Amino acid sequence: MRSERAAWTFIAPALVVLGVFLVLPVCAALLLSFTDFDIYALANLDNLRFIGLANYVDVLRTPLFWKALANTVWFVVLALPLSLALSLGAALLLNSPLARFKGLHRTALFAPVVTTVVAVAIIWRYLFHTRYGLINYALGHLGIGPIDWLGDPHWAMPALVLFAVWKNFGYNMIILLAGLQAIPQDLYEAARIDGASVWRRFWHITLPGLRPVLLLVAVITIAGYFQLFAEPYVMTRGDPLQSTVSVLYLMYEEGFKWWNLGRACAIAFLLFALILVITRVLLRFARAKDERA
Amino acid sequence: MSSGGMAGLARIAAWATMFALCACAPASNETTLKLWAFGPEGEAVGKLLTEFERAHPGVRVEVQNMPLTAMHEKLLTAFAGDALPDLCQLGNTWIPEFAVLGALEPLQAYVDQSSIVRRDDYFAGIWDTNVVNGALYGVSWYVDTRLLFYRKDLLAAAGFDHAPRDWDEWRRAMGAIKKNQGADKYAIFLPLNEFEPLLNLAIQQNEPLLLDDGTRGNFESAGFRRALDFYVDAFRENWAPAMSNTQIANVWDEFGKGYFAFYITGPWNIGEFKRRLPARLQDSWNTAPLPGANGPGGGAAGGSSFAIFRASKNKRLAWELVEFLSQVKQQQRFYTLTGDLPARRSAWDFAELETDEFTHAFRAQLELVKPTPKVPEWERIATEMQFAAERIVRGGESMDVALRALDAKVDEEILAKRRTLLARGGQR
Repeated sequence: MRSERAAWTFIAPALVVLGVFLVLPVCAALLLSFTDFDIYALANLDNLRFIGLANYVDVLRTPLFWKALANTVWFVVLALPLSLALSLGAALLLNSPLARFKGLHRTALFAPVVTTVVAVAIIWRYLFHTRYGLINYALGHLGIGPIDWLGDPHWAMPALVLFAVWKNFGYNMIILLAGLQAIPQDLYEAARIDGASVWRRFWHITLPGLRPVLLLVAVITIAGYFQLFAEPYVMTRGDPLQSTVSVLYLMYEEGFKWWNLGRACAIAFLLFALILVITRVLLRFARAKDERA
Repeated sequence: MSSGGMAGLARIAAWATMFALCACAPASNETTLKLWAFGPEGEAVGKLLTEFERAHPGVRVEVQNMPLTAMHEKLLTAFAGDALPDLCQLGNTWIPEFAVLGALEPLQAYVDQSSIVRRDDYFAGIWDTNVVNGALYGVSWYVDTRLLFYRKDLLAAAGFDHAPRDWDEWRRAMGAIKKNQGADKYAIFLPLNEFEPLLNLAIQQNEPLLLDDGTRGNFESAGFRRALDFYVDAFRENWAPAMSNTQIANVWDEFGKGYFAFYITGPWNIGEFKRRLPARLQDSWNTAPLPGANGPGGGAAGGSSFAIFRASKNKRLAWELVEFLSQVKQQQRFYTLTGDLPARRSAWDFAELETDEFTHAFRAQLELVKPTPKVPEWERIATEMQFAAERIVRGGESMDVALRALDAKVDEEILAKRRTLLARGGQR
């Protein structure tokens, strides 16, 4: 009994902080999403109307929401495999016994993660510049004509993908590196003695050994990429032709630019539900595979 | 607890009390006036305040300066949290929103008794931006309006010895410049993600942008079509590149390189162009009033006003500060410090303004400016208007389809609540 009370005492501060700064705002936001809270309601609460699910219905009927959702899914579909492949590749290189100056390389590859988005976005905007950009300059040498990266609705999202992947791959790389180092070396030795090629060792030892870590990294990355915001916010502001408006960017505009907080909350909960469903499905899929194995 | 500990505590308490008293003492006979401002204005205004403080012993003006991009959000949260200052610099397109909130003190009674703030000395279109539903909520501080910045040399090379005065002349000039400059250069830069250039052409028209007390869009009107047609034509004829301003690394540099010869922008760019263009080009550019369909057409009335908040406990004193900063002499000093154009006509009788030829076009256009529609939803509507234009230019949508969709969006989504509230006679 006493030890139980002591335990509650110890976790109470954390619970209070979580309650006040997380649970309470989330509940308030849920309530808000059933109202038409806007600038008129801020002026006078008599102008606040309880409108039930109307915000959700409205949002689901707005073409821009579906466009934003399609943009976001397109971003995730492009960025997730690219990001995982790059992280895994970099981790394998760093883990290779042939690699020299590992500390230096690890730091260099991790550096983009800790830089400020706004600062590097300016540099990337120069890299993507249609006429003076380094990327088009390099492509020109390969005989590829200039691409209007940030001005062409078809290229703007791939441009953001390149930027986001470069910015974030270092984080996953570190996690994967830890996963690689946890795979027992004797497995590799045994495989080598049995005459397994590099490729077969990767396929039958490294990948299965990394499975739990890869799953974790994939879930974190999906959840993070669905919340795409900073990249379009600093690079394109949703342009051109709303081709880089993500769900979260749409929520930001509704909430903090137009002050339609009710609608913005509804968008936030729709996104929350979407991420929840996708990560659940992914985890269940992984578990089912584990059980079969 | 030992007696020594008690004595220690008592001593700490005594010290704390003394500190508290010291901290309070000077405040008891000093009034602090809180002023919020943004951008370069916020930095400059401090230099004018020493004179005001000298004339008002016991008054201290505390200026809080914030970036323009954060100001709007900060003011709204301060309103919600009851933490507004006594007065602030308010962008004049924000006034309708804060008037709807009931945050602003009506100022007509103050102006009626004032010998300094005289309505007839202010540019009429600028003064009008402060009036919402017949009540005055602000006093204009400085003004801006967008007009034409152009390259004299490129225009001359194309065979024109003066800036275009109407749309026909402007069209011919753009055609000639484009022909002269070749395929990889343009006559004008109209950033596709900025609504201001199109808005300025549209506001020149006789038809209002919104109808029925600002509750319905009027974008399918003949006037708006005329303006949009002119705007879209510039892209159709390839006089303007279909670009956003995020895609151009440096507008001043490109203007200097002759990538475009016309640019619609505001007075803050006079200083930028003087500073950033190379010396050899300084005689090769100028400003001109924005051409209209027949002769100079005017534009939207921009700038900032002073507003006093209803929650302030020092309104009288805040008004005295507004009066002080509205004096002709202070308006002129402010121009010297910032390059911001004065809102009063008499402040323009000033050698520094007369010798700067780049300001002359602004002086002429300021007599013709009109306020943008005074509804809190306006900026959102303008953004939708620009998106419709972008769809026509970049997406090849037809004008009829785009404008019907725009009016529908404005009526059914953006202004629906305002219409219901007005209908039931609630908050305006």
